[in-house]
Amino acid sequence: MNEAPTLARDRGGVLSRWQRQAFAWPYMFWMAIFVVVPIALIAVYAFTNAQHQFTIDNFAGMTDYAGVFGRSLWLAFVATVVCLLLGYPVALAISRTDPKTQRILLMLIMLPMWINFLLRTYAWMSILENTGLLNRLFNAIGLISLVNRVGAHVSAGYTPIDHFQLINTGGAVVLGMVYNYLPFMILPIESVIVKIDPFVIEAAQDLGADGHTVFRKVILPLSLSGVISGITMVFVPAVSTFVISKLLSSGTVMLLGDLIEMQFTGAAYNPHLGAAISLIMMFIVVLCMSIMNKFGEGEEQAVVM
Amino acid sequence: MKKKNTGGMLMTVLMYIFLYAPIIIMIVFSFNDSKSRTIWAGFTLRWYQELFRDDLIMSSLQTTIAVSVLASLISAVVGTYAAIGLFNMKKNWRKPLLTVNNIPVVNADIITGVSLALLFVSAGRLMGFELGFGTLLLAHISFDIPYVILSVMPKLYQLDQNLFEAAQDLGCTWFQTINKVIIPGIMPGIVNGLLIAFTMSLDDFVISYFTAGSSVQTLSMTIYAMTRRRISPKINAISTLIFAVVLLLLLVVNAREARQHKLELKKENTLKGAA
Repeated sequence: MNEAPTLARDRGGVLSRWQRQAFAWPYMFWMAIFVVVPIALIAVYAFTNAQHQFTIDNFAGMTDYAGVFGRSLWLAFVATVVCLLLGYPVALAISRTDPKTQRILLMLIMLPMWINFLLRTYAWMSILENTGLLNRLFNAIGLISLVNRVGAHVSAGYTPIDHFQLINTGGAVVLGMVYNYLPFMILPIESVIVKIDPFVIEAAQDLGADGHTVFRKVILPLSLSGVISGITMVFVPAVSTFVISKLLSSGTVMLLGDLIEMQFTGAAYNPHLGAAISLIMMFIVVLCMSIMNKFGEGEEQAVVM
Repeated sequence: MKKKNTGGMLMTVLMYIFLYAPIIIMIVFSFNDSKSRTIWAGFTLRWYQELFRDDLIMSSLQTTIAVSVLASLISAVVGTYAAIGLFNMKKNWRKPLLTVNNIPVVNADIITGVSLALLFVSAGRLMGFELGFGTLLLAHISFDIPYVILSVMPKLYQLDQNLFEAAQDLGCTWFQTINKVIIPGIMPGIVNGLLIAFTMSLDDFVISYFTAGSSVQTLSMTIYAMTRRRISPKINAISTLIFAVVLLLLLVVNAREARQHKLELKKENTLKGAA
């Protein structure tokens, strides 16, 4: 065993472990410049003002934006819960089909993800608008006139409506998040459930567990790692989005992402404040992920598409 | 296990309707002979014609393809060698480095975009350059490489570790070992990583938006500008074309995989027959 490498080494052909590691050095250098330095810059900008002086004013002024923080966290939370409630049963149902059907069903979930998410969100604009497809449908089936008639009955001061307000609401933003990120919930959960050994389930059944108990005591705990990566994969983009809120609320529902975007590109150009908000958002992301990792201790489920 | 799950199946069907209804509506209205996004006024192809005549859309499409191809190829090369280097490191070095590698993957896009913008703007002020295609490409490479490493790493672990020594015993130099033994062995991982990197670049809006400056535009950025103006049915036409291309690619890949699978089965059967 020891002879062989020596032979090759005599020809100068073998690299020491240290030399083989050197293949990673260019990339380590790259990471230092393009990953570490940028994040350090965020911290530097967050704690300085335009005159390059140290300050914590950027954070002190943050209380003005408590509403934006609260709204962002709340809407992202709601979207994550909805994704979980919709995604889990669907993932379970898909995992129970035969392999060929399963392949097709998974492909159909991934297909929309390859269409630019701006276009997918744009499609919802034409559905939710005041003169959009849904409102026209409600009008056609008489729902709007029904509501008007009932409203006039209930109170005399009722002003009739000609549409339901769907777009430019928090609900529309949550819908956009769910629509865009639902696959991120379904795919990791499905991939974990599929791997559960069918004998484990059979064993549970042989030991007298009914369907409900099998799910609660066997399938659910074993699929937890998928649920956890699903939750982080939905929550992180949802809490940081600015496109969905821009398109589906025309700026009426301001989120953290919008606030950051404004500080870097908009009229309210203030990268120092923007950096401070980014730093807090990063903190939220790290916090959320470490809480999630606590739940899913052990198994590392890096579900990368 | 084989119990019928009607509730789940019903929900799955509804979920697919939810997923595809907007896309189908988009496709239908891309052929609508009116600017309206909601009232049908007859069939036309004029939005497609206008799309191809639109210089801004065509040039941003070129930018997108150029940046995606370049970034994914560079990332595949750098990422593969980086993964080989990381693989040879001791765990107490590899682990923290992989954590740093994962930052762009797990971090919110907007933070990656904003932090790179801060870097490019500060460095540009010092060295006298502005945001443009170069910074856009650098940004894309830096969020693409992690995906290549994540898909190459597992393949390195799957390789038979004795292969390295065997190759060298048989007279390979380290350079030959890497190029003739390791790289072919991890090729599926490299190709997979390249494809993921390419789709990530193609699909990215947020990071490009912050790092491209005002002189270049990717297709996503053009689409964003168009959706803000809310008028043009050309958007529907682009979506339909993209959907058609993606669908076609998936069908081709699927058919190829199915054929390969069949061939393998056949081979196995003939081998069994021979034995």
